[in-house]
Amino acid sequence: MLYTYLIEPFADFAFMRRALVACLALSVAGSSIGVFLILRRMSLMGDALAHALLPGAALGFLLGGLSLPAMSLGGFVAGMATALVSGAIARFTSMREDASFAAAYLTSLALGVLIVSLRGSAIDLMNILFGAILAVDDKALFLIVGTATVTLVGLAAIYRPLVVECFNPGFLAAMGVRGALYHSLFLALAVLNMVAAFQALGTLMALGLMLLPAVAASFWAREVWSMTVIAVPMAFLSGAIGLLLSFHAGLPSGPVIVLVASLFFLVSLLLGSRASVRSRVSRPVHLRG
Amino acid sequence: MNAALKLVDLTVSYDRHPAVHHVSAEIPSGEMTAIVGPNGAGKSSLLKAMLGLAPRIEGKIECTARRIAYLPQQAEIDRSFPIAVLDTVLLGRWSRFGAFGKAQKIDIHDAQHAIESVGLGGFERRPIDTLSVGQFQRVLFARLLLQDADLVLLDEPFAAIDAKTVVDLMEVIRRWQAEKRTVVAVLHDIDQVRRDFPNALLLARELVDSGPTSRVLSAENLLRARSMAEAWDDHAGTCDVPLKLSA
Repeated sequence: MLYTYLIEPFADFAFMRRALVACLALSVAGSSIGVFLILRRMSLMGDALAHALLPGAALGFLLGGLSLPAMSLGGFVAGMATALVSGAIARFTSMREDASFAAAYLTSLALGVLIVSLRGSAIDLMNILFGAILAVDDKALFLIVGTATVTLVGLAAIYRPLVVECFNPGFLAAMGVRGALYHSLFLALAVLNMVAAFQALGTLMALGLMLLPAVAASFWAREVWSMTVIAVPMAFLSGAIGLLLSFHAGLPSGPVIVLVASLFFLVSLLLGSRASVRSRVSRPVHLRG
Repeated sequence: MNAALKLVDLTVSYDRHPAVHHVSAEIPSGEMTAIVGPNGAGKSSLLKAMLGLAPRIEGKIECTARRIAYLPQQAEIDRSFPIAVLDTVLLGRWSRFGAFGKAQKIDIHDAQHAIESVGLGGFERRPIDTLSVGQFQRVLFARLLLQDADLVLLDEPFAAIDAKTVVDLMEVIRRWQAEKRTVVAVLHDIDQVRRDFPNALLLARELVDSGPTSRVLSAENLLRARSMAEAWDDHAGTCDVPLKLSA
């Protein structure tokens, strides 16, 4: 019984197994990036960045059709360009970075939809916007798993300066360390993960598996590492549960996965051990000292 | 007198408006100097310039210190960031282990010692978002202790800090002075400067006076500092006082 529902779909179908592995890789790398996006107060900017992949991916699509390398490379270039241009606009004018990000991503999104409509069909557009995790093939899987590897190694390498950049950038500067360098490296890793995630979840929801578990974890943990340790299994469970639900109910898998992640967020918001609704409404108890 | 810092005709400007205007002064080595002046007088900008962090400076700063430690205003730090007291203090050893090195046993031992000596023993694992303003300032002082700097720059170390904490932290500052380190602090409490700081630099965008506190903080000088125009003059012409770099 349990076997039929939980194991059989993966045992019987290779595309389900590949989707599961993709979820695992996306969870491990993505939620670590997500934790930092939140701590840097960049969650919405991250989302804007993910939408900005679209015109690049669309150009890749225009030139190469539904080819993975072309679309990924295009997406990565477009994402990095958006991040660098909006960062530069914010630095050289008095415009705030969130505003310049919004301007850049709206431009990109419109441009992307336009480019896809030049050649593709509505189905292609749906594929790019919402992804197709069940269509992940071996090549896409290599990209996703490779990205996860690069991300974990990269994050480990820049971990300390990045943490200090987040909470006390002036100190880093006084130590003669260029915080902007680590910020850009982090942005590059973030864009790389969005590119990997957009194969599976599409540009509109690429951040779903990165941000939702990280936000949920912030209701349980109070250190960067423990937040990550809690976010990763939540992300993977969202992926696995979402895949099974969508398989049995015949629903599109991307939105279901993201919705399951939202469920984790909701439960954490209500029941989490710190700053949650529960801790707010429960009878106040205090210690003696 | 040995100077730890020599400011030669220093101008720091933002958007071309000077925050510090043609200031020449010397900060004596191994002593305690207070920087005093009204809000907007350029005190923090002067500290930033000493650190080499001011965006645009004209003139020159000569610094003989090998290692500089800096206490920022608390507003510059994200105090909600999830990091523990011990880790925050350990950052003081950045110059030793940098971005990639490992903190040695001795570093952790020293950090614990510094935490105890600022009166926070037992707080090592506490996240910083649970600390009061005063406790957090003690944490930052512990980090300064670990930096082992010969020049210590403090930007408003006692803003919104209670009397007992001020006494404790002044004790730390006096210890630095006894160890022949140079201490420069931006302060607002004139009485405290008169009591504790032998040297003062009175700033009102331009230098009013610098030297022994008793002379610098005369009633007449303080009045002059207070009369500084706070607003920018948007129609001010370009300042064409030539730089006196040979001075």
